[in-house]
Amino acid sequence: MQYAPTVIGDNLMWDLIGIWFAALLTLCVFSFLYKDNPFYKFAEHLFVGISAGYGVTLEYYNVFLPNLWRPLTQQGKLILVVPFIFGILLFSRFFKNYSWFSRWSMALIIGIYAGITIVGYGSGDLILQINANLLPLWTGKWLESLNNIILTIGVITGLIYFFFSKEHKGAFGAGAKIGTWFLMISFGASFGYTVMSRMSLLIGRIYFLMAGWLGILH
Amino acid sequence: MSLNVVKFPVFPHLKKIIFPPRWLILFFLFLILNPVSSYAQEDLSSSWFNYHRVNMLVFLIFFFAVIVIFIERAKVGKSLFIRRIAGLDAIEEAVGRATEMGKPVLYISGIEDVDNIQTVASMIILGNVAKMVAGYETPLYVPVCMPFVVPIAEERVKEGYAAAGKPEAYNRDNVRYISSEQFAYAAGVNGIMMREKPAANLMFGSFYAESLLMAETGLATGAIQVAGTANIHQLPFFIVACDYTIIGEELFATSAYLSKEPKLLGSLKGSDLAKAIIMIILAVGALLDTLGITHFASWFYIE
Repeated sequence: MQYAPTVIGDNLMWDLIGIWFAALLTLCVFSFLYKDNPFYKFAEHLFVGISAGYGVTLEYYNVFLPNLWRPLTQQGKLILVVPFIFGILLFSRFFKNYSWFSRWSMALIIGIYAGITIVGYGSGDLILQINANLLPLWTGKWLESLNNIILTIGVITGLIYFFFSKEHKGAFGAGAKIGTWFLMISFGASFGYTVMSRMSLLIGRIYFLMAGWLGILH
Repeated sequence: MSLNVVKFPVFPHLKKIIFPPRWLILFFLFLILNPVSSYAQEDLSSSWFNYHRVNMLVFLIFFFAVIVIFIERAKVGKSLFIRRIAGLDAIEEAVGRATEMGKPVLYISGIEDVDNIQTVASMIILGNVAKMVAGYETPLYVPVCMPFVVPIAEERVKEGYAAAGKPEAYNRDNVRYISSEQFAYAAGVNGIMMREKPAANLMFGSFYAESLLMAETGLATGAIQVAGTANIHQLPFFIVACDYTIIGEELFATSAYLSKEPKLLGSLKGSDLAKAIIMIILAVGALLDTLGITHFASWFYIE
């Protein structure tokens, strides 16, 4: 299949137009920090529209053609007629009297996804997590032992907090309270870590404006 | 004794679980004993049964059985207690406030597809929110990120309005597809927040980096915000920017509590029992490990 030749990157004019467009759109988005305004609205609508169109094109070339159409028409894999029909049934939603057909496809999609992911969750989020938390409470080293004790207590009390079959009262409630503290401390750490990563994203964008667009930084 | 004389007056479906059909037993025996499988076999691609993951199979079968038993209990009307979650009152409060102010309610279901269990839980909550909103005749906007979620969201809102006895109040245009691209979706939702000025923003589902963008905008508009997600890295943002936050598994408990659906209640009770067992395993395992008995931990290892 022939694609249009990429001129951006090879052509200085196109590069410049691209940089100016990206910079102005960045400023349009940043203007939202002041208040909602026509510039932000323009950037928002452009972003939403382009991403939706780009998504459809991406799905067509990267999913529909290589996974269904070409194997079906060029390689003769007739079994793919089944998912093709189920895919078509999804569009029955546009017809009021036949919209219930789409439920078959939805049921199949949800069922298959659930079946596939349960193996991953079972191993990664259940068995291996249990294994990782089976730690000796005394290892001969004070700090390591303290770390293991904190981790074990944190996991068990955290599980108590997420136990819904019993009211959080008495000793059970105290365990849940300790679990809440562990959760809040972990959220605080996670918050700080994520804020740092967001700052690096902001720095990247500011750097683009300063270096890529204005040429102030090198 | 014939299997047929064993009576299961309370849980008729348990008979099928405990005494599965012969073909099913033979199928599993074939899987386990099929000649190309063995412990020593290195190349697992030609085998139908991976012996290295027997522990996972045992765990999954056990947990499935527990959940099915509780679902059966819920189906026959046994009372299954679930403690009240604080965030539930917050949803009603938020909808009530929007009604008093004569402003709409905005419901955001996250950016994951229907294969994500959080999206499924979110759709269940959406149905109940729609029912609540229809009762008060308050507009409900549902911007959706993933195309597959749109028909489900439409169905849930429609059912909610019908359950409240006001099917004519359902407006299909209020369930809108925005974009599958994460930040385009966030930009679209932020635009709705700024222009429609909803008095209540309800965010339940799977969220990522867009969580703070939306929660911060909602905060700026002065809306009462209730959020819930099981994505732990996004919870801190919801905690700081929202009035109430439903944490992690509370999201699934909320959906079960609101719907009173036997399958969801049974699943929740089953997972509670599983958690109790895991707590015991952790306590016993830690003690055994401390005493130098490490064989126990090897049961929970997957290659």
